[in-house]
Amino acid sequence: MIEVQGLHKSFGARRAVDNVSFSARDGEITGLLGPNGAGKTTTLRMLYTLMKPDAGTVRVDGRDAVLEPLAVRRTIGVLPDSRGIYKRLTARENIEYFAALQGMDAEATRQSCDTLIATLGMQEIAGRRTEGFSQGERVKTAIARALVHAPRNVLLDEPTNGLDVMATRGLREFLRGLKAAGRCVLLSTHLMQEVAALCDRIVIIAHGRVVADGTPAQLRELAGEQQLEEAFVKLIGETP
Amino acid sequence: MSATWVVYFKEMRESLRDRRVLMNSLLLGPLLGPVLFLVLMRLVIGRELEKAERPLPVVVIGAERAPELIDAMKQMGLVVKPAIADPELAVREQRIDLALRIAADFGAAWRAGRPAQVEIIYDSSRREGGSDVDRLRGMLDSYSHRNGALRLLARGLAPSIASPLVVANRDTATPQGRGALLFAMLPYMLVLTIFIGGLWLAIDSTAGERERQSLEPLLANPVPRDRILLGKLLATASFSTASLTLGLLAFLCVGMFMPTEQLGMSLALGPHFFAIALPVLVPLVLLLCIGQILIAAFARSVREAQTYLGIAQLVPLIPSIVLSVLPVKAQLWMYAVPLLGQQLAIMRLLRAEPVPALALALSAVVTLLAATAVFLLTRRVYDSERLAIAT
Repeated sequence: MIEVQGLHKSFGARRAVDNVSFSARDGEITGLLGPNGAGKTTTLRMLYTLMKPDAGTVRVDGRDAVLEPLAVRRTIGVLPDSRGIYKRLTARENIEYFAALQGMDAEATRQSCDTLIATLGMQEIAGRRTEGFSQGERVKTAIARALVHAPRNVLLDEPTNGLDVMATRGLREFLRGLKAAGRCVLLSTHLMQEVAALCDRIVIIAHGRVVADGTPAQLRELAGEQQLEEAFVKLIGETP
Repeated sequence: MSATWVVYFKEMRESLRDRRVLMNSLLLGPLLGPVLFLVLMRLVIGRELEKAERPLPVVVIGAERAPELIDAMKQMGLVVKPAIADPELAVREQRIDLALRIAADFGAAWRAGRPAQVEIIYDSSRREGGSDVDRLRGMLDSYSHRNGALRLLARGLAPSIASPLVVANRDTATPQGRGALLFAMLPYMLVLTIFIGGLWLAIDSTAGERERQSLEPLLANPVPRDRILLGKLLATASFSTASLTLGLLAFLCVGMFMPTEQLGMSLALGPHFFAIALPVLVPLVLLLCIGQILIAAFARSVREAQTYLGIAQLVPLIPSIVLSVLPVKAQLWMYAVPLLGQQLAIMRLLRAEPVPALALALSAVVTLLAATAVFLLTRRVYDSERLAIAT
């Protein structure tokens, strides 16, 4: 469960995030939808405590992200905007590194790695050094290491960026699995199809502000459009 | 296992798989100094020895006017080369290094007992001919003195009348002392070895990790950033220490091949030197490594970090140059200056002089304090929001 209340963040004179509030519930997939530069990545960075908000609060499972950053980081798994993996380590070693940083013991690490490698279909590449991995293989590795400690909350920044159709379908299937397991999944995207196919709840962000928040059906109703894409364009206030 | 060691072992594993890191830290770094040194010293020492013994070919104008002088000088190593038309021009145009001209009235003046003139034609602004000119002048002087003495004897006077003053040279430089003068650059070579040993890891684990976009996910883990920094520092310092150890061993080998005995000097480059130099330099390893990481954390890219660190590795040259230009007497406070203290200690060790334990302790404590201060400063950079975000 992630609750965001009145979040502000400025870089110099530019207001990147301006009074953003929303919540992402357990057992749901919540989508942060917005055009490029709308403030999605900055919002997520404040959620996973890489940045401190200028004002406002972030609560993850009831814990304040500013006051207890380490405790919050233990309960979240993050696929950030930057998703570089260590190319001189194998995929499994990459995952094990993050497991060790999460403080997991060897047995728990082995079990968790095996499960994730099987779920993500990484059996063939797990033992290989990641140098020369395809984009899809790299994202799988990055997701596996982010979720190795079985976090209650999962944050993903543009997770399908650069993935081909099959890899995207696989990833969506995986995220639905997380949802079915009762996790709280929050992802950001600028892709309409993404939220339409996946999300139970959509938070539309434009120019650092939340312009709409609701289920896909509610948003279509709000904008008076049958197509979600038309509703989106109308809600963010751009003229095509 | 604490997060610091998790980071440490991961950095070590990753680096040990990187051929570039291994080449730089464990091969190039340790060997560059000693090999450069060996080549340089062989060149310098070899040349000095060669110059003192080899025949001295000189263009002589008017050799026939002073056959006895020329014969005597031939016994001292002079090789007469045929006369040329305009020796001044030839020297100026650097066709020859020097020439000897015997004045036209040499024979007449000599027989009359008047001072007979010879001229040495050379260019004092040219370094190369310098020692040849000195040797030629020495030959002429010794011939002149010998004949002066003979003339006095022929007149029934003791030759000592013409030498009211006797100057005897008593050089107090110990053999080790003279060797260490040549080795004034050795401390810098060791510092350079430390620097090169940690260079790749310092850049790779900070600027490199950010450039490859793996720093942001790393920092999303529930680990305080100073633990991550400490792990990276220890890994960098491990490579640096390995490089230093190999470098010192290489210098031990070089010490055996040095032709120092031929010049009547010896250097204390034995196991004793190794056993003390290593602990003296380890605090400096920590200071230099955290300094490298700080600079790499400031840089926006790997390339930028390389540029900054390339400049930074010249900084330790300053105490080396100061020490070789200004003959400072080692004061206790100097040991409290990081870099300077270690260089002084190494130079004393090379001369087989004892280094006061207090000085060594002072040097170690102050250097470690400085390393801690730089660590805290680097932690501030690590704690900043901008650190992880690749631009």
